[in-house]
Amino acid sequence: MPPLQLSPINSSKPSYIPIPILIITLSILCLLQQNLFLLYFSPFSSKHQTQKAWLQQTAKKRKQLEKEAMGVGLKMTMKGGGGDHVGGCDKEKMGFEETELRLGLPGGGGGGGDGEVVRKRGFSETVDLKLNLSSKQDTSGIDPNDEKVKGLHQEKNLLLSAIDPAKPPAKAQVVGWPPVRSFRKNMLATTTQKSSSEESGEKAALVKVSMDGAPYLRKVDLRMYTSYHQLSDALAKMFSSFTIGNCGSQGMKDFMNESKLMDLLNGSDYVPTYEDKDGDWMLVGDVPWEMFVESCKRLRIMKGTEAIGLAPKAVEKCKKRS
Amino acid sequence: MNYFPDEVLEHVFDFITSHKDRNSVSLVCKSWYKIERYSRQRVFIGNCYSISPERLIARFPGLKSLTLKGKPHFADFNLVPHDWGGFVYPWIEALAKSRIGLEELRLKRMVVSDESLELLSKSFVNFKSLVLVSCEGFTTDGLAAIAANCRFLRELDLQENEVDDHRGHWLSCFPESCTSLISLNFACLRGEVNLGALERLVSRSPNLKSLRLNRAVPLDTLQKLLMRAPQLVDLGIGSYVHDPFSEAYNKLKIAIQRCKSIRSLSGFLEVAPHCMSAIYPICGNLTFLNLSYAPGLHGNKLMKLIQHCRKLQRLWILDCIGDKGLGVVALTCKELQELRVFPSDPFEAGNAAVTEEGLVLVSAGCTKLNSLLYFCQQMTNAALITVAKNCPNFIRFRLCILDPIKPDPVTNQPLDEGFGAIVQSCKGLKRLSLSGLLTDQVFLYIGMYAEQLEMLSIAFAADSDKGMLYVLNGCKKLRKLEIRDCPFGDSALLEDVGKYETMRSLWMSSCEVTLGGCKSVAEKMPTLNVEIIDESEQMEFNLDDKQKVDKMYLYRTLVGHRKDAPEYVWIL
Repeated sequence: MPPLQLSPINSSKPSYIPIPILIITLSILCLLQQNLFLLYFSPFSSKHQTQKAWLQQTAKKRKQLEKEAMGVGLKMTMKGGGGDHVGGCDKEKMGFEETELRLGLPGGGGGGGDGEVVRKRGFSETVDLKLNLSSKQDTSGIDPNDEKVKGLHQEKNLLLSAIDPAKPPAKAQVVGWPPVRSFRKNMLATTTQKSSSEESGEKAALVKVSMDGAPYLRKVDLRMYTSYHQLSDALAKMFSSFTIGNCGSQGMKDFMNESKLMDLLNGSDYVPTYEDKDGDWMLVGDVPWEMFVESCKRLRIMKGTEAIGLAPKAVEKCKKRS
Repeated sequence: MNYFPDEVLEHVFDFITSHKDRNSVSLVCKSWYKIERYSRQRVFIGNCYSISPERLIARFPGLKSLTLKGKPHFADFNLVPHDWGGFVYPWIEALAKSRIGLEELRLKRMVVSDESLELLSKSFVNFKSLVLVSCEGFTTDGLAAIAANCRFLRELDLQENEVDDHRGHWLSCFPESCTSLISLNFACLRGEVNLGALERLVSRSPNLKSLRLNRAVPLDTLQKLLMRAPQLVDLGIGSYVHDPFSEAYNKLKIAIQRCKSIRSLSGFLEVAPHCMSAIYPICGNLTFLNLSYAPGLHGNKLMKLIQHCRKLQRLWILDCIGDKGLGVVALTCKELQELRVFPSDPFEAGNAAVTEEGLVLVSAGCTKLNSLLYFCQQMTNAALITVAKNCPNFIRFRLCILDPIKPDPVTNQPLDEGFGAIVQSCKGLKRLSLSGLLTDQVFLYIGMYAEQLEMLSIAFAADSDKGMLYVLNGCKKLRKLEIRDCPFGDSALLEDVGKYETMRSLWMSSCEVTLGGCKSVAEKMPTLNVEIIDESEQMEFNLDDKQKVDKMYLYRTLVGHRKDAPEYVWIL
């Protein structure tokens, strides 16, 4: 076999490898490397029996597609050099076709046209492909077959919540899932927007608590409790020599019973009062708990006898009823 | 076999009100067909493109009430472009030109323009009732025309429509002479309404039985309306936010107590949860409670409310009720027949608060349950099997697991066995929606057992064409089949094209059917319209038969291709 010398056998000229040949050789070597690379990672078709197996497969495919996208870039830059060579390159060409990159449906490349039913992409792959296509559009857009158009089409349809800064990009969405009417979605969105803006003041509600006769004040966070009962227990622990009296299930004092009220106010028991937003001193327990938390500025635990002035109306009401 | 004069037969036919029965009657013989046709007053058309208005008018000259449905069901979920079709104007135009004395029009998923509403209001002197469900394309100006021109209007019912609200004066357009209102529902409107006009309207409508307000109606107006209409049977509250110690609240309590006839309660579009105690007095008589637009109501307050509703037959709520709340429902609502649990946050699947446990509790406690729509975080085969045993009377069973291909979390198996148990046990099942991880097996079960099934919705399911074939071969009464994202291809589609003529429609999107397959169906069955919906204009570049079709909608029709399809709809 003659060595790789295409120069005429003419002893007068020095033997050298012509430069174009050199370039061709180098490019063939590069392409060979390329082919091995693609051979290893090429898409393959297989029959998937179960959806689950399919999903595992597609997880791999996603990674392959990413690598192939890179491979496409390399292949395209080499194509200029590789297309020139003639002769002994048929092997490479055939191998090249087999491993030719297709961003098609897995299985569609290899078995297209044989009537085999190709497994449809599962949900997660649909979502991931759409996300990949949207982010890797520059590399995968080279392949001018249907997939590009389809990818763009899918992109149009995609609800890109991953890009929406307002929502946490935890899960990408597919059009029409979950199957909730858009009217309903819009209604709920408006409602939650309004209510969340109202509840935005979720800071700690620290208020000073003073007790008549105690040498120092305390502070409590009203948001730590969910009912008057809990608050009363906490205050009782803080100021151990005091009782708050009996609060009803909604914190409504039973002012219907005149004698009970009188006992409460005349006895040596302490009565909790609070100063509200308007600066008025009110009896604790009149309003629902949530309202109390919103409006309470400070708490004062006063002696029953001093607190009579706070509930004259209630006393009158009792008198009217009885 | 005409032993009786026509008038007698006509009188007998008056007692037959169901559409199906009437259709059967008309097939008996020519004279019965003739008598039935002249005496028919109510017509239901499930697909507005299956017949033309001219043929309708020709066959039923005595028509008084027409029900029309337009877009396919999946249009609700943004799978169908807005201008796909379903325009009502040609129908109203044709009816207006004829001598039909239309009195009632009920539309679902149709495009209704202000012009059509105006034409409607001016063309039919005795027009009494307009019901629009999930429609779009009109504004409050169209409503103003209806209010102003329909002198004998009894019912204006707007359910979940997308209305362009011009904040108009449409309520003031009801003339002072209009005293015939029985039902008024404008809960879907987003804008302000003229409260004074509303109060006056209610005052002069002594027959008002159903009133559903929108968000813009505040509490004190509600109180005034209730004082004027204590005979209400169906109430939809708009805004329910107030200070529990205000005068208005006390007055409201008194007003509500006077309304002893209320059986149906909905709305609470804005709600202050700590003020629900005013509602307790009427809870005991409620048969329908719809809290599905009130995400502010949950936890203990919600459960307390439900505990008062012992006679409830239909309950629509959000999933923030939780499994625990569903337990309360199971203990309290022994008469429950229909339950719908909607997702409170459709996008954050991870936060859904109901699971299979809640469903099992309800099935155990409410044995009369026959209709279910349930959005949940997860479902197990065991739970579905239990539910099937507890409630064999399901007519509608729609389960939506928010993560669409989620298997049974306990066994990691597909949900085939669970759904199989449902179809086997519920012999009367007419409507089924599937979700979760599903293989061909579930379709085998459906084909075998679901003999009465009329509507089936499938998404992200099956492994091969066999799934679709099992269903098409097995379900003899199937009328509507809608499929998305399943691996069904041409061989399933083409197996029995004659079947599609026995059905109303078939929807397939993101499946494996090709253009060639669709063309084949269209060729073999001239009585079907096969529509390809393709917004990306892919079809213009590549008319290759092997190309996969993104959205295909086919339906039977007697009037051939429709003329109002937009550019991106190809009718083969």
